[in-house]
Amino acid sequence: MPATVKVIKKPRRTIAEQAYVPEVAKGIGFAMGRFFKNTFGPTAKKEIDTVKYPEEKRDYPERFRGIHRLTQRTDGSPRCVACLCCSTACPAQCIYIEAAEYEPDDPRYGYERYPAVFMIDELRCIFCGYCVEACPCDAIRMDTGMHMPPSTSREHFLYDKETLLSIPGKDGTYLTANPRHEPGDPSHPGIDREQGH
Amino acid sequence: MTTEVLLISSILKIVFVLVVTVGAFAPVLIWAERRQSAMIQDRLGPSRAAIVLPPSAVAFIEKARLPMWRGFALTGIVAIVALVAVTWVAVRGTNPLPIPTATLTKALIGFGAASILLRVGYGVHGMIVRNHGKIMVLGLLHPLADALKFIFKEDFVPPKSDKFLFAAGPIIALIPAIAAFAVIPFASTLHLDYWNQVLPRTGEVSGTAIPLQVASLDVGILFIFAVASTGIIGAAISGYASDNKFSLLGGIRAASQMVSYEVVLGLTLVPAFMVYRSLRLEDMAMWQHEHSWGILNPLLAFGFIMFFTAAIAETKRVPFDLPEGESELVGGYLTEYSGMKFGMFFMGEFVEVVALAAIAAILFFGAWDVPFLHRDGFDFRLPFMASGIVVQLAHSVVIAIQVLFFLLKIVVFIWFQLMIRWSLPRFRYDQLMKLCWKGLLPLSLLNILLMGVFILSGVLDKYVGLLDRL
Ligand code: SF4
Ligand code: SF4
Repeated sequence: MPATVKVIKKPRRTIAEQAYVPEVAKGIGFAMGRFFKNTFGPTAKKEIDTVKYPEEKRDYPERFRGIHRLTQRTDGSPRCVACLCCSTACPAQCIYIEAAEYEPDDPRYGYERYPAVFMIDELRCIFCGYCVEACPCDAIRMDTGMHMPPSTSREHFLYDKETLLSIPGKDGTYLTANPRHEPGDPSHPGIDREQGH
Repeated sequence: MTTEVLLISSILKIVFVLVVTVGAFAPVLIWAERRQSAMIQDRLGPSRAAIVLPPSAVAFIEKARLPMWRGFALTGIVAIVALVAVTWVAVRGTNPLPIPTATLTKALIGFGAASILLRVGYGVHGMIVRNHGKIMVLGLLHPLADALKFIFKEDFVPPKSDKFLFAAGPIIALIPAIAAFAVIPFASTLHLDYWNQVLPRTGEVSGTAIPLQVASLDVGILFIFAVASTGIIGAAISGYASDNKFSLLGGIRAASQMVSYEVVLGLTLVPAFMVYRSLRLEDMAMWQHEHSWGILNPLLAFGFIMFFTAAIAETKRVPFDLPEGESELVGGYLTEYSGMKFGMFFMGEFVEVVALAAIAAILFFGAWDVPFLHRDGFDFRLPFMASGIVVQLAHSVVIAIQVLFFLLKIVVFIWFQLMIRWSLPRFRYDQLMKLCWKGLLPLSLLNILLMGVFILSGVLDKYVGLLDRL
């Protein structure tokens, strides 16, 4: 099969284009239009895109990954069950969790654990969001919409459990949109250590 | 004229020129160039350099705002009352208030000015408070910050460079640019003895006459060409002395480009000399003041376009900035320069821009000539009117208006040059040379020929006479 060659004609310039001066005038005219519009035009018509950063801030998109927070249950305790999924998934290995058992008389005893220590080194974190993806309990989220505040010492970037619990989400709450079903709630599926699967 | 007057006036003129070019135009140009380019590209540009006041000063300013507002309101009311009364006197002829009219006029001017000043102060104070104590002035502080940075930056000298020539380069580039201003007239002759009187419109005036230009030379414009071409040496030897191949290439490019365009630059102006019949810039300005602006002559308008093109090439700015073309030569002959030495090159370039704007304004746009302004004041008179509306002005006021108008023309030309700079892409080097030797040079020679034909056939005189009657 013979190759089909598509011949593209060399674009021909008109004499007006060759003469250069009219085209130059056009270009300068366009630039002048922008200049007058943005400098002396009415404020509503200006198209300046600059954001004066510290005074003005641009809204981050919905799914912006900011600093982490640990979500709370309705009683204020962390939703985290210390399953270590997040610290396993973390590519930067910056999450440190020490799991602990509830007291034997707690209804959650034997059903789930809680993090005695939960530390994230925000300086090591690469803000990939894998921890959020990995969490089975919606206990860790990055929906704070906040940057990591700058600081002068490395220790300030080790966020412990209390700090993480005290950071609200972008909507201002410490909960999440997903409801939790505690053992004993009517909505609870009824599987726990006593009843078995 | 006594020697003291001559000496003092010369020093004052030199100071004025230095203040206007190096002190005002060049720094503002550094800011304007970036700001203007930003505005074309929908950005804000440099606007953040600020002097930060301490919080206590901000609190004080905040407290001072309310009294200022009250002061503005009170003085404003008094001024309005005075205005109404003065208008009443003017219209009815009787004074309704038990205060003499002269006092009322004084009150109107005094309280009116105070009120405006207080209102402006209120606004400025409000702006400072709103910016949390930062005084930004539209970004005009950026040249200041730049200057500070230039002064405190490391002054790097390449180890194997020619130290003397390396240091001499920027100076040789900057000084001729400033020297060109020596022959530029910024207003008509000042008659010192009559500064607060209205002079007759025509005729000789006796007494001390001070030409408002530093040096009144017979060669005039040729002096500008002579010193401006010295700038080539600055670029060339700094490229040579830097011990850097990019610099050397840039220096060579600069030298050949400027030498080529020097020729065209002179030739494009020859028709103008033929019309004005003089090389002295003040004579050219006078001719245009008595007849009409040079740009109204079609041949001179054509010459102006060519002159402007050659002038931009002569200042080595976009679209002819091949000597520093950063895409192929890093920074050209500027590559090794830093700190204040770089600043001097920069300054020299901007002063050259101002000088060219001034030459364009003088040769083609009437220099300090203001439409309808004569030596005795304004005379708004159109061809179909029997007599014009005459506003007589004192000699000093006329001179001040002329200087301001001349500076305004310079600003407009600078603005236009910046506009060109930010609109056009860079030429290729062979295109640049082709444009010079095959385009502008023959065209300017043709222009001279045509002008000669016009002058000899008498068409020019008729044309000028026609414009004179308008
Ligand atoms: S965002 Fe990524 S790097 Fe940061 S803690 Fe989560 S998993 Fe680790
Ligand atoms: S935050 Fe989520 S994934 Fe991490 S340990 Fe707690 S429950 Fe498991």
